[in-house]
Amino acid sequence: MMLLSIDLGLVIEKLVLIVVVISASLVIAMYTTFAERKVAAILQDRRGPNRAGPFGLLQPLADGLKLFFKEEIIPAFSSKFLFIMGPALAMLTAMMTSAVIPWGDKVELFGRHISLQITDVNVGVLYVFGVVSLGVYGIMIGSWASNNKFSLLGGLRAASQIISYELAMGISMIALLMVTGTLSLKEMVVQQQVGHWNIINQPLGFLIFLVCAFAECNRTPFDLPEAENELIGGYHTEYSSMKLGFYLFAEYINMFISSVIMATLFFGGYDMPFVNESLLSPNVAALIGVAALMAKVSCFIFLFMWVRWTIPRFRYDQLMHLGWRILIPLALFNMLLTGGVILYFHK
Amino acid sequence: MNITTLVFILLSVMSVGSAIMMISSKSPVHSVLWLIVVFFAISGHYILLNAQFLAIVNIIVYAGAIMVLFLFVVMLMNLNAETEPIKNYRLQLVGIISGGALLLVIVSAVMKIDTEQLVEMKVGDAGLIKVLGMNLFKNYILPFEISSVLFLSAMIGAVVIGKKDDEVVNKPEN
Repeated sequence: MMLLSIDLGLVIEKLVLIVVVISASLVIAMYTTFAERKVAAILQDRRGPNRAGPFGLLQPLADGLKLFFKEEIIPAFSSKFLFIMGPALAMLTAMMTSAVIPWGDKVELFGRHISLQITDVNVGVLYVFGVVSLGVYGIMIGSWASNNKFSLLGGLRAASQIISYELAMGISMIALLMVTGTLSLKEMVVQQQVGHWNIINQPLGFLIFLVCAFAECNRTPFDLPEAENELIGGYHTEYSSMKLGFYLFAEYINMFISSVIMATLFFGGYDMPFVNESLLSPNVAALIGVAALMAKVSCFIFLFMWVRWTIPRFRYDQLMHLGWRILIPLALFNMLLTGGVILYFHK
Repeated sequence: MNITTLVFILLSVMSVGSAIMMISSKSPVHSVLWLIVVFFAISGHYILLNAQFLAIVNIIVYAGAIMVLFLFVVMLMNLNAETEPIKNYRLQLVGIISGGALLLVIVSAVMKIDTEQLVEMKVGDAGLIKVLGMNLFKNYILPFEISSVLFLSAMIGAVVIGKKDDEVVNKPEN
């Protein structure tokens, strides 16, 4: 049987890696909610949560417990199956992107070379795009199944916003792909380790990508799908208990994953600057790499929060104006410029 | 039976089953969701044929963009089984005849299938991004350019149709 001819060690290795990556992203997302409240408190000159545990460190656990013990309400006249599928899909698509991210270089354990990447598909960047474009289904299905006009409005806003900003994001990515010449995320990081970070070649592309990442994550100033002072709670108006928790959690996981993607694409991924990794032993180098990636990611997550508590929400027409009339032409210009420069220097 | 055959059968059952569910479900929203499942199954088939690029593009374009817009419109118009327009018998007859003709073509094609080798294994690299790019930009550059002109004209047409009347456009913004 060919079924049994798969290397068992590889299966175990990948399973362990998947479990580690998923639980790590869950824990990081948990503590990102805590960090968000602390950052908000600092920016507003308050103390923030400080009662549960030392420095309020147990606050995320208390929040989770509270959500689990809340009453679960499923509105009448809604599609129950789709109502439950909405938050589940949001969570699933948030986690799926982590499969192609290179978290670090190879580790040597028990005489095996273990790559700290779940799978290195040759269309890695496109895979990320595919999953991001599916992310809107969780919101849309949940909002429709709620059978509530406010929810539906939130869902429709989410759909049009994500589709609009995906275009500019894709075009800014094309310029980056023209520079790197590969679709594999791992290869991109290796290129940046040897050469320099992609941000030097693509500053404009990064800026467009950053703005679009804010819009794709539904973060302020683009959080129109849940604009609480116009739409009550937007797409999750009817949700309660842990299903609401899933939606809120998915947002934080999205934020974490998009920070990782930005660090990988533009800031060298797990590359530690000014350190030649090939001189160190592989395990030490991998550890340093993971630490470097996490440090870059924390900077991005802080940026996400800083912007949230600084810039007020856009109006809907302003959002569409920014997406279609400013970002897409700018991304097209960036692509043309990149193509021209490559053509000029390579001839 | 090896694992590829097993996956092939699973994917086939999934795609045909969800296609039937798409046609037979009463609510348009459910139909759209079943169609998305069909696209996923077809992407799985592409991966079996070693065409990862096609599989991912199928997901991005069809499942990720076109179906989102479909769902958008269906949700916006709030279509239900009750608001469905009454179909007349003439339309049903036309549907049966055209569907039957398609069935005939498919059955005649299926009859010729080599049942010895149900699943093609290791069918080369025609769907890989490098091969596809080389083919498109070297061997088939003229059809590629013609189709891009077609796309451009379709885009301009959509903008012209979507444009509001002159008086509305001339109004000062904000």
